[in-house]
This record gives sequence, structure tokens and C-alpha cells, in this order.
Amino acid sequence: MADIIVFIVLVACGYFIGGHRERSHYRSIFAREAATLELTLLSGKAIDPAWQVAQAALVTGVCVISVDYFKSVAAGLRNLVGGRVSAYESLIDRARREALLRMKAQAAALGGKVVVINVRLETSSISGMKADGRSGQVASVEVIAYGTALALA
Amino acid sequence: MILTNIESVPGLRTVEHMGLVSGSTVRSKHVGRDLMAGLKNIFGGELKGYTELLNEAREEAIARMVKQAEALGANAVVNVRFSTSAVAAGAAELYAYGTAVRVE
Repeated sequence: MADIIVFIVLVACGYFIGGHRERSHYRSIFAREAATLELTLLSGKAIDPAWQVAQAALVTGVCVISVDYFKSVAAGLRNLVGGRVSAYESLIDRARREALLRMKAQAAALGGKVVVINVRLETSSISGMKADGRSGQVASVEVIAYGTALALA
Repeated sequence: MILTNIESVPGLRTVEHMGLVSGSTVRSKHVGRDLMAGLKNIFGGELKGYTELLNEAREEAIARMVKQAEALGANAVVNVRFSTSAVAAGAAELYAYGTAVRVE
């Protein structure tokens, strides 16, 4: 009986606190994305001949986001029937966008008009989450975004 | 030292290639951080300790790569790539590699 109560409390904590954190994180992502629309990110390497490049520098952004208890239970249930695991989709989306925003902040610090080219995203696994889906002690999404920032004269 | 992840440094001419340089690091946080991360798994949100860890690992790997490039007499590293692997739970292994060049 006590086990069931603990389980319900954990799921409720995950649902309410985790859900609240996700919504406020998304609000902050939307606001910052809107504020940095001027800063272009390109995944290609081509340099427009019209650009007068004053400075080139490697810029990076890092973000690690944890699952919450509700999400891991929901994903576990989803695993039984298969299909789209939307609980984890939003997690990966947040981590990638946050990493890109942090990279953008670093690029913006160069000053003036900045373009970031050859943007790459790399995922890591501190928490021991294996590529085959077996999880370690802690389940999380870890993203490194990097690219070459060009400050245009 | 100029770092880019494209083949050249825009605006400058590559005059000499010095070959591949790399730097790697495996870092971990103390067990308290791992416990905190475990707790965060209930409530969700960003794992600041691990973000910090990944940042430190990135800085360290780049610093080692730059040191190698400096020893070769290079003044830039182009085509920088990051690669990660999972050695152990709670540890981050980061490998940075690129081509050391001299630009003018």
C-alpha cells in the first residue's frame, strides 16, 4: 500500500512540477528565439562572397535536461504498445533548442552582425543512457551545439 | 589561436598544414551531483551540474587540442569536430579534433 502511495506522489510531482518547468522553459525558449531572429544559423559551410568577414570563431552551447517521473512512466507505458513517445520528443526538442540558443548568445557576444555557419549538434551520455535505449542511473538528454561564428564588417 | 569548424579561416590564407591535432578528456562530478541528478529525475528540468560538467569537458578538450597545435607552430585549427562516448555513468568523455594550420 505504502509503495502505491509513494508511486502516486512521485507521478504527481513529475506531472505538476515537471509540467510547470517544461511550460516555463518553452516560454523562455520562444521569447529568446524571437529576440535572436536576426542572428542567422546555417548548417552549410558556404560563405557568401558578399560577406566582409571581420572575425571567425568557434562558438558552442551546451544543455543537459532531465526527464521527470511522469514522463518516464508515460514512456514506459508507451513502450508496451509502441508508437510515438511524445513525452520524450519535447525533452529532446527543449535540449536542442536551448543548446542552440546558448550558442547564439556566445555568437552575439562577438558584436555587430553575426552569422553562424556549419552548425552541428552532438549528443553525449554522461548519465549512462545507452544508444540502445537501456538507461543508466539518471535519464537525461545532453546536447552540444557548435558552429563557426562570422562577425561581418 | 583561431578555431573554426569549416575548412578555412575566412579572410585569411592558409599557408601551411600541420596535420591532425586532438584533445580528449574524461571528467566526472562528485557523487553528490549524481545524487542530485537522480532526484531531478523526479521533478524534471535542467541538470545544471551536468551542463557544467559538459562545459568543463569541452573547455579542457579544446585547451589540449590548442596546446598540441601550438607545439606544432600553428596559429589556427580548422575543421574542428567534437565526438563523445560513454565510458562510465556519471562521466563525460569528450574528444575534440581538427587540422592545425598556419594562416596569414
